[in-house]
Amino acid sequence: MIRALAAAAILVGLVHVAFAVEPSEMLSNPTLEARAEAIGRQLRCLVCQNESIEDSGADLAHDLRVLIRERLKAGDTDAQAVKYVVDRYGDFVLLKPPVEPATYVLWFSPFAILAIGAAGAWLYLRRRPVPPDEPLDLNQRRKLERLLLDDQ
Amino acid sequence: MTGRRLLYLLPLVGFLALAAYFLRGLAPGYDPQVLPSALIDKPAPNFTLAGFKGGAPLSNADFAGELVLVNFFASWCVPCRAESPVLMDLARRNVVQLYGIDYKDKPEDAAKFLQTFGDPYRRIGVDETGRTAINFGVYGVPETYAIDRAGRIRWRHVGPLSEQVVRTEIMPLLKQLGAS
Repeated sequence: MIRALAAAAILVGLVHVAFAVEPSEMLSNPTLEARAEAIGRQLRCLVCQNESIEDSGADLAHDLRVLIRERLKAGDTDAQAVKYVVDRYGDFVLLKPPVEPATYVLWFSPFAILAIGAAGAWLYLRRRPVPPDEPLDLNQRRKLERLLLDDQ
Repeated sequence: MTGRRLLYLLPLVGFLALAAYFLRGLAPGYDPQVLPSALIDKPAPNFTLAGFKGGAPLSNADFAGELVLVNFFASWCVPCRAESPVLMDLARRNVVQLYGIDYKDKPEDAAKFLQTFGDPYRRIGVDETGRTAINFGVYGVPETYAIDRAGRIRWRHVGPLSEQVVRTEIMPLLKQLGAS
């Protein structure tokens, strides 16, 4: 039952994704359409906020897809078409945020944390050198043998 | 030695920093989905929209040199119903001119909406395609923009206006921008 439901949910999801870009939106020129789809995949749908406009069924995503296609047909480069949307909605619309002072924490904090961890690990390991194994002297060996015999 | 002792406090400091950050997220009224406008302090986009119900077209030249609020609304938008008493109150107190932009709506539905909930607007433009809204960076109705005398966007509110927003944001803004 649960499996059937899960399968149905996945199927509904697939249908939803497949239908996000409506055939009527597509450009007849396949090169332009491919460019438009590539741009659309980089842009966040601001209504759902975790889907690209290419995947989203929201009304605004539809409008933005049509808009991008219009810009490309009017002769915009990819960068110009993206800038057109960013100028209106801000950097948040980019699913991959640009590297700039405001996003340094986002981009570089994982590396900073890794470096802090590595430094900590290095300090820890350096402070506790592993003592080298010294061979037992004669007295110690006798003592060991006695202990082992006692055990039996 | 004391240096090393202080090092043991580091996890506590880290915890407190995280706790403060999470506390901010729990603050009442904080909505992480609300985005800052990319157009703050930039000139409002030019637009010319068909007038509502055969009225004169509305363009941003109509309020050049004036401090105004522009409110994007739609009859199908439920939060717009929630904010309509607040807009009506603003209009009644006559503290600022309100312009409405009817977003992706049928004129007859909008007319019914305004009849039911009141019409606080001086003028209304009809944005049937939603293109003017996109130029403003609207991502859902209602949204409200303050445009100053120089035609720049100074403030944006996403979602329904409330008495609290009027008191804590709009009134101070009007005072600061010198509303008469």
